[in-house]
Amino acid sequence: MIKRSRLRPFRTLGHRTTDRIWRLGAGARLFWLTLISSGESFRRFHLTIREVYFTGVMSLIIIVVSAFFVGMVLALQGYNTLQKYGSSEAIGVLVALALVRELGPVVTALLFAGRAGTAITAEIGLMKATEQLSAMEMMAVSPIARVIAPRFWAGVIAMPVLAALFSMVGILGGYLVAVPLIGVDSGAFWSQMQANVDWHDDIVNGVIKSVVFGVACTMIALFEGYDAPPTAEGVSRATTRTVVISSLAVLGLDFVLTSFMITL
Amino acid sequence: MTQNIVEIDNLSFGYKGRMLHQGINMVFPRGKVVAIMGGSGSGKTTLLRLIGGQIRPNKGEVRVDDQVVHKQSREGLYQLRRKMGMLFQHGALFTDLSVYENVAFPMREHTQLPESMIHDLVLMKLHAVGLRGAHQLMPTELSGGMARRVALARAIALDPDIVMYDEPFAGLDPISMGVICDLIRTLNDALGTTSIIVSHDVKETFLIADYVYFVANGTVAAEGTPADLSKSSLPFVHQFVHGEKDGPVPFHYAAGDYKQDLLGFEA
Repeated sequence: MIKRSRLRPFRTLGHRTTDRIWRLGAGARLFWLTLISSGESFRRFHLTIREVYFTGVMSLIIIVVSAFFVGMVLALQGYNTLQKYGSSEAIGVLVALALVRELGPVVTALLFAGRAGTAITAEIGLMKATEQLSAMEMMAVSPIARVIAPRFWAGVIAMPVLAALFSMVGILGGYLVAVPLIGVDSGAFWSQMQANVDWHDDIVNGVIKSVVFGVACTMIALFEGYDAPPTAEGVSRATTRTVVISSLAVLGLDFVLTSFMITL
Repeated sequence: MTQNIVEIDNLSFGYKGRMLHQGINMVFPRGKVVAIMGGSGSGKTTLLRLIGGQIRPNKGEVRVDDQVVHKQSREGLYQLRRKMGMLFQHGALFTDLSVYENVAFPMREHTQLPESMIHDLVLMKLHAVGLRGAHQLMPTELSGGMARRVALARAIALDPDIVMYDEPFAGLDPISMGVICDLIRTLNDALGTTSIIVSHDVKETFLIADYVYFVANGTVAAEGTPADLSKSSLPFVHQFVHGEKDGPVPFHYAAGDYKQDLLGFEA
């Protein structure tokens, strides 16, 4: 007869697997309930606007500062490589394409998960721990319609706007390094960018990515908060999980979306 | 309209293989203050959650205003809950809203009242709990007793038929305790509501309750008026009412042999 202790790793693996599947199902259920309870978020749009302020506007500083540095570094690195091939005027295209196609949506989503995602998880988790969500239920007010859905739509609205801002500020940072600092011709910088950045293939695809990341990051943050055990440790773990899962989801989704966009 | 606004009939509830309640029967007559008492972990708050439809019983049923709570659709349950107000143990005030907005919250969610009327109603409710002057404060600026009074004003915002109080006296200083105690009785009589109090504070609860249920070991161990229960010779009631350390509720949690635990330890 096999000793029970030898079976323990399999039992633990089984528990973890079923737990993951259960959480995936619970997350999908919350997503569905959020979608069907979204009417309230649009009828009383001020609830959503208020959350756009907390998730979007309050994330502006970290987004703008990061974008500025990312743009400057891109220009420095890009120039270093391009000048070896005698095409340093293409620096504007390189900076713009890198930002609009990839870095804008991806880095914004990662920063959003760290700044707004954790705030959402902690807020919902604490509302649960302090029985605010139960109080709402007992007042015959659906917490999903009143608390979850407005935050979800706020995240979905804020993410593409933040990503667009990230790309714009990044390009500005790249310009400041490439033109005044390195001495690339200003006309070449802007004209090459204008000629080579495609509206559909680059900009629209970037916006699609950021909308998908907005859905994923916000939903993960909301679910982790809503599902958090109502204790200090529970909320702390949920907040950590939000960052880890959102970051992995963004990178994984980015690969999948890019594959589709290149193929189609 | 039946005499009892809430009826609990042969109710059993448990989870993870542990039965918390087994065959509980209780009635809550209209207009009365009824208390559910019992030790920590005896499932008193769970009974409130069952009445409010937040959890479903394994057996038996809870009827509120002649409607079986757990057989309601979501819409039906929300309709039923509009007849209820609940005071949570720590108030459960919305921390991002001011005192005024907390009390206005149920009115804004469930009525189409003009802002001027909401203003008057909120101030009247706050005046009733003695906190009209605190309407601009945020929940973080309130003491425990004040927070509970605001939560009480919010619970009665829509003039419910039933108000449920979950440990309304826990953690309060004697003055706040006296204030809450008096408010529960006064508001109950003034508004004609039915109050269900879950508590383990004997003195305060006996002072305001019309009828008391004692819950122990998953069943109703004793019931009666506070006067009857004060004189009760039932061992559990006697131990609870007089705060005795040992008795039917043992001081020690169930454990193995003491000597064996001390001497049998192997590192």
